[in-house]
Amino acid sequence: MKTPVSTSATLKAAAPDLIPPRKYKQYAGWLVLIAVLIACSIRTEVTPYQLITGLPQMGSLLREMFPPDWSYLSTIWGPMMETVQIAILGTTLGGLLAIPVALLCASNLAISRYVSLPARMILNLIRTIPDLLFAAIFVAVFGIGPFAGMLALVFFSFGIIAKLTFEAIEAIDPGPLEAMTAVGANRMQLIMFGVVPQALPYFMSYLLYTFEVNVRAAAVLGLVGAGGIGLLLDRALGLFRYDRASVIILLTLVIVLVIDYGSTIIRRKLL
Amino acid sequence: MAVLFPITDNAENLPFRNPLQKVGPFMIEFDKVSKVYPNGTVGLRNINLTINEGELVVIVGLSGAGKSTFLRSINRLTDISTGEIRVNGNSVTHASGSQLRHIRRDIGMIFQSFNLIKRSTVMRNVLSGRVGYHSTLRTMLGWFPKEDVDLSLDALQRVNIREKAYIRADQLSGGQQQRVSIARALAQEARVILADEPVASLDPLTTRQVMDDLKRINRDMNITTVINLHFIDLAREYATRIIGLRAGEVVFDGTPAEATDEAFAEIYGRPVLQDELLGGA
Repeated sequence: MKTPVSTSATLKAAAPDLIPPRKYKQYAGWLVLIAVLIACSIRTEVTPYQLITGLPQMGSLLREMFPPDWSYLSTIWGPMMETVQIAILGTTLGGLLAIPVALLCASNLAISRYVSLPARMILNLIRTIPDLLFAAIFVAVFGIGPFAGMLALVFFSFGIIAKLTFEAIEAIDPGPLEAMTAVGANRMQLIMFGVVPQALPYFMSYLLYTFEVNVRAAAVLGLVGAGGIGLLLDRALGLFRYDRASVIILLTLVIVLVIDYGSTIIRRKLL
Repeated sequence: MAVLFPITDNAENLPFRNPLQKVGPFMIEFDKVSKVYPNGTVGLRNINLTINEGELVVIVGLSGAGKSTFLRSINRLTDISTGEIRVNGNSVTHASGSQLRHIRRDIGMIFQSFNLIKRSTVMRNVLSGRVGYHSTLRTMLGWFPKEDVDLSLDALQRVNIREKAYIRADQLSGGQQQRVSIARALAQEARVILADEPVASLDPLTTRQVMDDLKRINRDMNITTVINLHFIDLAREYATRIIGLRAGEVVFDGTPAEATDEAFAEIYGRPVLQDELLGGA
């Protein structure tokens, strides 16, 4: 039974004690983060003090929200459905437009850098513009109504879905693409047989996620006159009818929850 | 060049023979082929050789000796630097666009990692070998003619996994997935099969099954087969011809009988190691 002891002794002699690396960098990182937070707070005068002084105000607002004015439900049901319909149209069209652009952007499929780089630039530009600004622009161009809101969501969804999808395409397994090249497939066939089966679940998942975001966004688009529930929300807030605003918020919550539940089921089926 | 080639008088009776292709010996010719990678690594150095119809050539050599480069240059998954490669008389090196796709259509390829579309069915994977024969629109819509489906089922039958046709590819074991990729090459009506380390990720038992499949297809269907292997005993057992590469150069080209341990020591630049043998029989 002596052998194991001597073995471990020899091992120890051969390998001197390892000193774990010091965590200076990690500590420094935390310090920098805290310093940045404090600096931002001081520069913008956004401090916890305001939170404390504002809390009573918040309490009275919440009190005014309850009980919600349930009778208002019948008035908002129509506009709420319009909001969901705007979101469905906007997300679908934006998602369809995103497919070719995502294929152009993906560096592993790109015909040349002179195509993929400009395509990415355009994508970045579109994502810089907030959805409310899009809505305001389209209201100015196409007039007040749901069409402007829908168009805003097309651009907004297009930006998100194209960006996420092209990144998913870049991460796919290159093996099947090589196999399709080897069987003599042309570019479209390569995409259909090598890329689509791998990227489709991700695309669908992003589409559903964007739809969820869009329902919430569509609820706000009405603020600039782009149709949907936002107009009523704006009116309720303007008239200090917080009991009505709370009904709108609760209904939006219910719809978002239903969509979330549905999309979770669909996503699980796809992956 | 006078070349002896296997008699193929019953070629018309063989299944999977594409009647449009030119009849005669189907050769792969390497003419002063060299490949230097952009970083200066030499992949291939002045390769001159001809692979004849029906041969089962096994390429051996250490990793980095240029085996993969050799194989992948045949269907131009890798471009060569100088020289020319001809398949069935057509220059692969100078082919472009649709010409190249037509040449590739005749060359099936089998990869170490199978490279199947894992989320698709076995059938769709095998049918994907047929895309070179149809219009883009037709294949995009997945409208493959019934003959293609029958051809694919026959191909699966040949590798004994016909019953798996409508199962998703990722449900199969490694050996079964590799057989699907062989079936894809058969459905392609390939006249050459290139196999890049086809058994490197398989266990010894499935290794033999896959090698047996490749050998049988090579013999029964007269499909020229070129395989990269690192197991010396497998090379000797299955090959009709062994080519040894070292640092991108052909240092051995002969029959399995000539490929003695001494010959392998020469190819490897050192004696053969135990883990270069698969063992068993």
